[in-house]
Amino acid sequence: MADESLFEFLHMEMVSHVFTEQQSSKGEMDNKDRAVCISVLEAMGFRVGQGLIERLTRDSPSFKDELDVMKFVCKDFWTKVFRRQVDNLRTNHQGTYVLQDNKFSLLTQLSNGKEYLDQAAKYLAFSCGVVRGALSNLGLESVVTAEVSVMPSCKFQVVVQKL
Amino acid sequence: MSRQSNRSTDSKKMNSELFTLTYGALVTQLCKDYENDEEVNKQLDKMGYNIGVRLIEDFLARSSIGRCQDFRETADVIAKVAFKMYLGITPSVTNWSPAGDEFSLILENNPLADFVELPDNHNTLIYSNLLCGVLRGALEMVQMAVDVKFAQDTLRGDNITEIRMKFIKRIEENLPAGEE
Repeated sequence: MADESLFEFLHMEMVSHVFTEQQSSKGEMDNKDRAVCISVLEAMGFRVGQGLIERLTRDSPSFKDELDVMKFVCKDFWTKVFRRQVDNLRTNHQGTYVLQDNKFSLLTQLSNGKEYLDQAAKYLAFSCGVVRGALSNLGLESVVTAEVSVMPSCKFQVVVQKL
Repeated sequence: MSRQSNRSTDSKKMNSELFTLTYGALVTQLCKDYENDEEVNKQLDKMGYNIGVRLIEDFLARSSIGRCQDFRETADVIAKVAFKMYLGITPSVTNWSPAGDEFSLILENNPLADFVELPDNHNTLIYSNLLCGVLRGALEMVQMAVDVKFAQDTLRGDNITEIRMKFIKRIEENLPAGEE
């Protein structure tokens, strides 16, 4: 068992490392540099998500369809990784899903309102990657983005890519 | 402590996999960012230090442990309370120096290094070096300057994983001149 606060501190250090690394090599940061940082964090999350889902689905039966996979992610996966279930899952039945978490664990320590909203993206990139990595190993290629209007509530949008 | 007890053991275990894998992703990224292992070791130590200086507050608040009387007590608290609380393991404390200012923590299984194999071209990488930084940073916040390093590591072919800690000095609190 590892403690959750340890993970939270580690996550913060990761975010700040990736950003200072990019900044020191360039001097000033523009939007493009920020996008690079976000994608580095996302890629780290992706690998973690892949590993986690392998461990988690070891004993579970196979899934019927896409919705079944999404339900698993919202319930079991979310509980194991973010320590609560997704509060609301919505879909247009065409491959787009919106997962709403009203108390997202990595945001609860940051703010309870609109303060620091501009910083939220950095602290969600890793988690987006985790979700994308998990779905990827369950056979769903997707694009995962996160959107925050008031912390600590957060909406993850998953768009499944049709092959 | 209450927020721990209402979680099932299973979910705690999963948490530790999340932590282990995340740490692995971080080390991988650092190896990409820096050219040599020494730089990576240094960076891990620095990040650990940053974590340690904050983690100590969390630790003191949750454990309600007061000031340690001597280095032996410090060693006990680190091994039996802190490691237990944050990593779920209890390393053994051995190899005390005669002066009582140096000891070793022996880690039976290192949770940071689960599922890890070091490739041949990284034989000077101290994979879990973050831990050294954490210990150093945390102790510095309670006025103890300590030197922490990995003496042995199973990842690099040793039989055990050993962290060596050496007490350097007590950090005097900075009182303004003329006040006691």
